[in-house]
Amino acid sequence: MNTTSPLERVLRGIAITLVILFFMFPIFWIVLMSFQTNATILQVPPSIFFEPTLQNYRGLITGQLVTDTSSLEIKFMGNLFNSLFLSTTSVAVGLVLGVPAAYAFARLKFRGSEDIAFTLLSFRFAPPLLVLLPLTIYFQQLGLANTYGGLIWVYQLIVLPLILWIVRGYFEDIPADIEYAYRIAGHRWWTTFRKIALPLAGPGIAAAALLAFIFAWNNFIFALVLASADKQPVTVGALAFITASGVQYGQIAAGIILSIAPTFALALYAQRYLVEGLSLGAVKG
Amino acid sequence: MTVLLKLAGVDKFYGPIGQGVHAVQNIDMDVMKGEIIALLGSSGCGKTSTLRMIAGFEETSRGTISLAGREVQTLPPVRRNVAMAFEGYSLYPTVTVGENIAFALKAAKLPAAEVDAKVKEVTEMLEITDILHRYPTSVSGGQQQRASLARALIRDADLHLLDEPMGQLEPQLRTLLRGRIKHYIKERGLTAILVTHDQTEANALADRIAVMEGGVLQQFATPQTIKEAPANLFTGTFVGEPPMNVFSAQASDGGGQLQLDLGDGVHLNYASDAFAPEVRATLLARKDIMLGVRPYAVQRDTAGAEAQVIANQWLGDQSHIAATFARGTIVLVEHDRADVAVGDAIRVRLAPEDLHVFDKDTGAALSHGTHLA
Repeated sequence: MNTTSPLERVLRGIAITLVILFFMFPIFWIVLMSFQTNATILQVPPSIFFEPTLQNYRGLITGQLVTDTSSLEIKFMGNLFNSLFLSTTSVAVGLVLGVPAAYAFARLKFRGSEDIAFTLLSFRFAPPLLVLLPLTIYFQQLGLANTYGGLIWVYQLIVLPLILWIVRGYFEDIPADIEYAYRIAGHRWWTTFRKIALPLAGPGIAAAALLAFIFAWNNFIFALVLASADKQPVTVGALAFITASGVQYGQIAAGIILSIAPTFALALYAQRYLVEGLSLGAVKG
Repeated sequence: MTVLLKLAGVDKFYGPIGQGVHAVQNIDMDVMKGEIIALLGSSGCGKTSTLRMIAGFEETSRGTISLAGREVQTLPPVRRNVAMAFEGYSLYPTVTVGENIAFALKAAKLPAAEVDAKVKEVTEMLEITDILHRYPTSVSGGQQQRASLARALIRDADLHLLDEPMGQLEPQLRTLLRGRIKHYIKERGLTAILVTHDQTEANALADRIAVMEGGVLQQFATPQTIKEAPANLFTGTFVGEPPMNVFSAQASDGGGQLQLDLGDGVHLNYASDAFAPEVRATLLARKDIMLGVRPYAVQRDTAGAEAQVIANQWLGDQSHIAATFARGTIVLVEHDRADVAVGDAIRVRLAPEDLHVFDKDTGAALSHGTHLA
């Protein structure tokens, strides 16, 4: 039974269109900017008609930042690789550590379990700058400064609480009896964890991994302080676009497009599974 | 007959031992091989906790559980060799109903032909052959429940635990399946413990019933014994439909007769030889007692005590009459249509052989009929 009137449907359509325009326009504009030179970008009034150029992308990929007055080296592709490597590895490590921990917090009630879980969550409360200064000193002493390993370790502050708390909720939603039924049919808890708990919490784990990936990808401050140019991700590398001869808007736009591409692709790919997981209703008693 | 399962001094605390919720209190129970046992009680009485301790899903706080000759209370579920049907069905959502049922057999690497034959047998018995290829979420609650039951019954385990196995089934189907399940279990010589709050189910299926309340095992006996000789006031009033009528009374010696004063001017007089001498002595010694009588045992008799009818319901095959009597209400069951109306005065007789007498303070049974409990 459809109770919405035609007028309501039209109004709803208009409202949705407006919201989409509002949120998508900046991205649309960035896409346009990425195909322009600084000269056409900065003209007043702005125009959506221009002669497209690929020089921004070419510059990023070849590593030659050409400005009106000079030409300098830029390591954007290196930064992009760093972002990919750091985010992927951090999430992988976060999953290996976080998923079994989330299972333990969901299923086993042990002394102090809530306190430990809360402590892990509290990593998200403290402003990163607060921990960065002591961390910098530790890292220098330990030889972890400006290493991938050190960065991945620090990135656990971002990904581990996220994965732990999201996945824990999914594990708690699986009726324990399903696992008991599996265990009593002759399986150890480790098999049960792999064959029953993991697949049923799969959509939740995917959602947590995606979210953790995005958070790791967008991180700026840790890598800014703890790594030098050759280990820095795009978020930090983008600072190079602010040059002595002005801000390179075209290249920034192209850089943005290139750096959101992986997360965008990942989200599109994972979306199918996320929606599937949410609508399957597989874990109802 | 050999003892298959032995619970000795089993305690369950939720929380620290001695401080937490004492859900199961010092239970001793022997289950013989081939027996069907029902754990009967209301919600929160500890019956499911007991079942789960036997299965190994709940830690046993104190006491020992021996199954097939070995102590199992510290073993993980996988090493206890028990099968269980869960109240919430707990079918694996990712595989079909048929695969759910065959799961344990396949895991135990039984030949495919044997698995198929067993699946066919148990699913025909439970009338779910038509849903084997479907997924658990796409079939009804009743079908899921039967699938869960099939998954447990198909296994060749030492002990089968059935938690509210028929709660979701329609009454007709339930009656039919009860008979078939009992036959299935007996034919194979399986031992089963079922948890239920439905006394009809317990009576129909079980060889012995364990009545539980407040974490305490109240009585563990055959359905007939529980009906005829309830161990205490709780069992007496909990088992039986409609429930037993209970009145507080004072016993006194009225010139050779035993007189029971129920209050509000109701005196019941019994001849000196109506009860065995030791019963009579006990009642007179206790003075304050609780008197119970089953509704179907209450007789209408012109020489009886007066009661005022407050309701008369004809259920199609029996009449339930409620009447104010002494300080409370008495319920009578008659098999014919009773021609009494609300407000009528009737006279009821409580025959000595139908009286159950309980201690007023402890609730323990003192006598059943004319003999001591």
